[in-house]
Amino acid sequence: MTTFAQRRRVAVAVARKDLTIEWNSRILVNQVAPFAAIIMVLFAFALDNEGILQRVAPGLVWLATLFSMLVVIQRTFAVESADGALDALRVAGVDPSAIFVGKSLALMVQLFALELLLVGTAVVLYGVEMSLLGFAEAIVTLLTATVGLACVGTLYGGLAAGARGRETLLPLLLLPVVAPVLIGATRATEAAFESGGAQVSEGWPWILLLAVFAVIFAIVGAVAFGPLVDE
Amino acid sequence: METVIELKGVVAVLGSFPALAGVSLSVKRGEILLLQGPNGAGKTSLLRVCAGLMPIERGTGTVLGIDLATNRQDIRTRVGLLGHTNGLYLDLTVEQNIQFWASTVGATQDEVANAMRTMRVDGRLAKVKAGQLSAGQRRRTALASLIVRRAEIWLLDEPHAGLDAAGRDELDALLRNAVAAGATVVLASHESERAAGLATRTLTIDGGAQNSDEQNGGAQ
Repeated sequence: MTTFAQRRRVAVAVARKDLTIEWNSRILVNQVAPFAAIIMVLFAFALDNEGILQRVAPGLVWLATLFSMLVVIQRTFAVESADGALDALRVAGVDPSAIFVGKSLALMVQLFALELLLVGTAVVLYGVEMSLLGFAEAIVTLLTATVGLACVGTLYGGLAAGARGRETLLPLLLLPVVAPVLIGATRATEAAFESGGAQVSEGWPWILLLAVFAVIFAIVGAVAFGPLVDE
Repeated sequence: METVIELKGVVAVLGSFPALAGVSLSVKRGEILLLQGPNGAGKTSLLRVCAGLMPIERGTGTVLGIDLATNRQDIRTRVGLLGHTNGLYLDLTVEQNIQFWASTVGATQDEVANAMRTMRVDGRLAKVKAGQLSAGQRRRTALASLIVRRAEIWLLDEPHAGLDAAGRDELDALLRNAVAAGATVVLASHESERAAGLATRTLTIDGGAQNSDEQNGGAQ
């Protein structure tokens, strides 16, 4: 029987391992972050109007986050399958819910760093401005959306990891499921940026929706990850 | 000597195909058992049954005293199955890989150091990324992970595959050392002459059933 302390130990080990792999390989810093920044620059080229860019900046930040997240998830499961490591974990009887929590935690750290970069890029490139209260709301939005995205990303990443054509399967499976996060996070960020006449106070109900989504996928993921990777 | 694997008339199926058709087997602690047979004979299936990965449909079996029919999940944490892949993270160094496996079971730093020394992946090699290792060095790192996981039974599927002659000699010596330290080894191999020299017993299977069970003079 796996105790809570054992699960916590494995989850921490898995999260530390994933972050060490990133530290050793620098894929997020050298490849994913520039990719995300390029998306933001291309949006600026395509729309080419500061007023429009400021209006749609929240949506662009979250679209760029979703596209970049796909790359990060593919990568996080590619390292597991390169030499059969995920299989080895399964064969060794390592608790799958602890693997799920560990991988989600590592993904949260990476996504949060990426989102901070994207918001920073929107401020610099699109001329977005925020009040102090708006900044606090933006941080809370990033945190709650990140938890939901990381949990659902880990779940679907695990599901697609063993499938043929996983590179194309993952976006097909994942993007429709994260649509509520895209909507909620965009609305909450609009309020934080006060774009299009939105008020900061209008963002909190959307943040609540993001929190509900995060809790649902954290629970579903912890329960379903084991059976998904086991067969 | 304590019996660590006991199978009686075990039948296991892959889909609707009978992978094992009534295998009976008894393995004692400290043995090196070689599984021989042509492709599709059931060697890998037998290893997977012993690892608690495949359910048994008929017959009875225990591994380390754990019932295969009712508690096979509990076996996984006490045995180590090494298949064709090594289960390593290629962007982690040798030491980081072994540390990771150690942290999943709460092994101490002394155990990590001992495993690395036993498998001779300490020193300069410890700081090399697994992706930059030779096939033999990767195999040794994977075996060090088995030690640090405190695996009591080592189930090895074609452990000599991909190794040159020196690497195979080295692996054989390491397995003898592991057995001397208290492990039990069951290996499936097509390298009959080499593996027979290593094994204390040879079980030949074909069509999911055993043909012969012979004592060897290996593992000195």
